[in-house]
Amino acid sequence: MSNTSQEVLGWERADIALNIALDIPDGSIVNLGIGIPEMVAACIPADREVIFHTENGLLGMGPPPDPDSEDPELINAGKRHITAIQGAAYFHHADSFVMIRGGHIDLCVLGAMEVSENGDLANWSMGSDDAAPAVGGAMDLVAGVENIVVATMHCTRKGRPKLVRSCSYPLTGIGVVRRIYTDLAIMDVSAQSLEVIRLAPGIDFDYVQQRTEAELTIKTA
Amino acid sequence: MINKQHDTPADAVADIFDGATVLIGGFGAAGSPIELIHALIDQGASDLIVVNNNTGSGHVGLAALIEQGRVAKMICSFPRTAGSTVFPDKYQAGEIELELVPQGTLAERIRAGGAGIPAFYTPTSVGTELAQGKETRTFDGREYVMEYGLTADFALIKCLRADRLGNLIYNKTARNFSPVMAMAAKTTIVQADSIVAAGDIDPEVVVTPAVFVNRMVEVGEPLQESAMVASSVSYP
Repeated sequence: MSNTSQEVLGWERADIALNIALDIPDGSIVNLGIGIPEMVAACIPADREVIFHTENGLLGMGPPPDPDSEDPELINAGKRHITAIQGAAYFHHADSFVMIRGGHIDLCVLGAMEVSENGDLANWSMGSDDAAPAVGGAMDLVAGVENIVVATMHCTRKGRPKLVRSCSYPLTGIGVVRRIYTDLAIMDVSAQSLEVIRLAPGIDFDYVQQRTEAELTIKTA
Repeated sequence: MINKQHDTPADAVADIFDGATVLIGGFGAAGSPIELIHALIDQGASDLIVVNNNTGSGHVGLAALIEQGRVAKMICSFPRTAGSTVFPDKYQAGEIELELVPQGTLAERIRAGGAGIPAFYTPTSVGTELAQGKETRTFDGREYVMEYGLTADFALIKCLRADRLGNLIYNKTARNFSPVMAMAAKTTIVQADSIVAAGDIDPEVVVTPAVFVNRMVEVGEPLQESAMVASSVSYP
């Protein structure tokens, strides 16, 4: 039991989602990836209107339905059952990616295997360890959405840093990540380094740097 | 008189030939034309090149077509959905080829094919291993990758309602790739939950105009792939 306190240092996954949600401006059009990113939708403050896009053809994704009203033909990009809000629109896949590639989506929140200090993202392939490589819409999202933020635990389950000098896994996109939200800190990608803009409660800068291969700096106002 | 209607899925897919390229609609189980796929399994064509976002789940529909050894190559964006073991196993055994395409590039390649555009430039995949060996070009200081339009011999799609002429509407996110696939195939074969009289679909809400549809078959109560996968049904 001695290391229990070690494991709960920093923010929980739900806190990471909340931190992201609180930074999303009223009126934004947002696409959410799988994992922590999909938890963001439920954290949007009630006084903000944020519209969620899912790349399989729906603008205006609502919360999951009650189990007895699930519709097999109403799912999100992660193939989970969803609902559509009042005012939603359905469209085909080419139009959906017109929205993405054409720069019509304001913000995309994605998970990561690795992010480099210049904002390269690796989140689709483990390289040769993959049973069959699968990319989905990740490369289109990072190429087309101006504001890409990453939601991830700071290190892998084995304690390996995910924020690195240069990605070792195959890239999803080069220099695409703007901001990173982890359990330990919130960081902006700048030309020189990852700039820490906020630390989790009880976490100091050195603690985060020790768990980060990329160089960190403190953002000065 | 225009008559695109066939009595059975078997009639509608009877002339799909060995080596054909077949676009199959659906995203996961949503929009999968499962009766048409099962008719294609029964029909026997092999060495198919199949284009779909995924590779099917469980042992029905597209997964069953692959399991029967009828697909030489898959062109898709995400071949390992939850519950999808048939394709990964065959891929690992070297029994099936994979062309992995980013999802938006896949949709646009099909759209371009249907629109008579042989190739286009996209920012997607620049600098990644999926761009290796492809032509690139810089416009306004940004690099783009050239991708080819994709056409096919056949498309198999599912819609909610068709009218007698072949105008289609879909149901929710079951629409996904089907409208662009209908445009890109020489022969587009549609299964519709219902086929109604011309004029019974408001022209303002038609999603796929009839010009893109060649054959239709009514499948009143289509099988639900997700339910079949959940209850471990196998086809045949």
